[in-house]
Amino acid sequence: MNYCLYCDEGFYETVSWSFVLGIAGEMHFCEGCSSSLERIEGEICEICGRSFSLFPEQYRQENRCNDCIHWEEDVNWRGVLVKNRSLYVYNDFLKELISRLKYRGDAELVMGFRQEFRKIYQHEFKGFVVVPVPLSQERHYERGFNQTQLLAELLGVEVEHALERVLHEKKQSKKSRQERLEMKETIFELANNSKLVYGKSVVLVDDVYTTGATLRQASRVLKEGGALQVSSMTLGR
Amino acid sequence: MRFVSFFVDGKSLAVPEVLKPPDVSAVPVSFHKLQVLDTPDFSEVSPFSAELQASLSGKLLLFEELPYSIDVIHEHYLNGCLAYEKGIEEAGGSFVCKRCGNDKPRLFSSFSCFRCKEKECVYCRKCLVMGRVSQCTPLVRWCGAELEWKLDEVALTWTGELSAAQRKASDGLVSRVGGKGELLIWAVCGAGKTEVLFYGLERALKTGQRVCLATPRTDVVLELLPRLRKVFPGITLAGLYGGSEEKLDGAQLVVSTTHQLFRYRDAFDLVVVDEVDAFPYSYDSSLEHAVHQAKKKDALIVYLSATPGRKMKKRAVAGGLPHVKIPLRFHGFPLPVPRFVWCGNWKKRLKKGRLPGNVMNWVEHQLEVKRQGFLFVPSVVALHQIVALLQAVFPGIEGVHAEDPERKEKVMKFRKGEISILVTTTILERGVTVPFTDVAVFGAEEDIFTESALVQIAGRAGRSKDDPAGEVVFFHYGKTSAMVDAKRHIEGMNREAGL
Ligand SMILES: [Zn+2]
Ligand SMILES: [Zn+2]
Ligand SMILES: [Zn+2]
Ligand SMILES: [Zn+2]
Repeated sequence: MNYCLYCDEGFYETVSWSFVLGIAGEMHFCEGCSSSLERIEGEICEICGRSFSLFPEQYRQENRCNDCIHWEEDVNWRGVLVKNRSLYVYNDFLKELISRLKYRGDAELVMGFRQEFRKIYQHEFKGFVVVPVPLSQERHYERGFNQTQLLAELLGVEVEHALERVLHEKKQSKKSRQERLEMKETIFELANNSKLVYGKSVVLVDDVYTTGATLRQASRVLKEGGALQVSSMTLGR
Repeated sequence: MRFVSFFVDGKSLAVPEVLKPPDVSAVPVSFHKLQVLDTPDFSEVSPFSAELQASLSGKLLLFEELPYSIDVIHEHYLNGCLAYEKGIEEAGGSFVCKRCGNDKPRLFSSFSCFRCKEKECVYCRKCLVMGRVSQCTPLVRWCGAELEWKLDEVALTWTGELSAAQRKASDGLVSRVGGKGELLIWAVCGAGKTEVLFYGLERALKTGQRVCLATPRTDVVLELLPRLRKVFPGITLAGLYGGSEEKLDGAQLVVSTTHQLFRYRDAFDLVVVDEVDAFPYSYDSSLEHAVHQAKKKDALIVYLSATPGRKMKKRAVAGGLPHVKIPLRFHGFPLPVPRFVWCGNWKKRLKKGRLPGNVMNWVEHQLEVKRQGFLFVPSVVALHQIVALLQAVFPGIEGVHAEDPERKEKVMKFRKGEISILVTTTILERGVTVPFTDVAVFGAEEDIFTESALVQIAGRAGRSKDDPAGEVVFFHYGKTSAMVDAKRHIEGMNREAGL
């Protein structure tokens, strides 16, 4: 008997399930919770990795979504983030789950994503230097841990803390999208060991890609520190 | 978080790292690694914050649950007004959460902690909703001066009448207030159990007792609050449920969901546990734990139930649990006795997209005579199928289940008579009372329909004195002992009431 990592429901890992998913011995979520996680599959935006099936045709042009086209039209941001890849659609269930991880502090939840998160890394970013998006000192103390670091540590490779968060982040969620996009102030700076990224390909790890602004801010700082190219991977998109 | 400890006057004081006096050389360690943990003696003369006293008395809280800076908290610790306790206790490699009592290894985990710098700071996953308890987070309790209430303002302003059976139960309760132990009030659905509590509550409150009314369901808290506020206008009253804004600290009368009780410790002289048999109380021993922790050692616990569980019933019958019975509904009419109707292999039929003929007839009949009806079904899957099949033929039929986002609206519409037949899972087995309603159970032989569930379901019918003879039908594919026991239970209560 397994117990679901999210709802603590007891369940049996059926052979067929683990066979289909190719994850024998690694079923962390019950059938109900697993089915609430929407894996991003099929056609995706080649930059931000979101699933095209989820929004109307007029918001895309060829292989890019309109948001990414805007980013790439802006000379300040062009090419700053090569691409993002995410595991799941950021639906209500994943929102709940991530908020339990971050705000309730349920660190154990990340274990449910190890296998799949590793697969993305192996497949898309193999050999890249792994850098988690940092929290401010205050936030980090408040939560006791940084969820992006836990996610990065799932990958089974060395994790480099090449960034620091300078400003105490204002409540991101309270700002409008426009405000977030225009965010001019520096929120990240290079940490002491940032030479580790010099001349390297880097993958940033975050819990969710929403507008892409935070990840691009972080990415730009890494590039200023000499990173060859920067991409990102997240749990939710 | 980390603390330093050092001896002052023979006591080992714990000082938060950030408040470490410069002349102390002790190395800060995680809270759970403090070897000795003393509380300074309480000094009558030092001033204390009355607000802090009110927010903390009778509780066990995390630092972050207290709206005070660490300096203020520490100052009260030094005055002996509050004490720190370990949140997670470790013995022989296994852990116990001191807040919720969890001791299941799978519900503990650890993380590399930025606060205490330990590689593995163990935390409880069970009670996370109330804020994380980890090894390095102390739980804080008040040990200073006791709270006092304005007793001369306590008065019961209720003017209603108790029925003879209610009166008997009420007297039984009043005579036990002030003592310790347990009392079961075994009252049929519709007995008017809240009124039965009034005189007992009055007695307890007037003698300066702190009282808690605990119920498994938020809707009951919301329903009780205004009623109690009305009949006890002079008292301080707080209502606690998940997400409640109101947290009148230091209230003498607390109405709370059983979950919220985890925050209380040695607080109450009288605890009334409503629907003691109801989910989740009966299924989750940790909630029982919560009740026992929240009460004072010599408190009286009163259980209210229409359908006490097997264990409790046994104890009551054997004389081990003092109890009073109210076998009669407030309106004096007997409980409707369920009728069993065989409906064949309904699962097979559903697969073929059909409903048993007699169930269809029941629905049709209800619509014809213009009586509303609950149709209880055993699962959400069955619910969707049945609702679709019925809606195709009859108007005014809706289905509702626990996760239904429109649950509240649908129940409201049913109350207003805008829905004729409400198909529902067992979520509505309690609480929802609508006059002129009949009840049917579909697939009554399924395991989910236990004796107590069936008695509660039957109790939805005939609630009003203008319509005391509601009908109850159990459609089944094979009689179960739960069905037979439920019927016997209801007949027994009617007999006992002399009906
Ligand atoms: Zn689950
Ligand atoms: Zn895109
Ligand atoms: Zn706990
Ligand atoms: Zn810690």
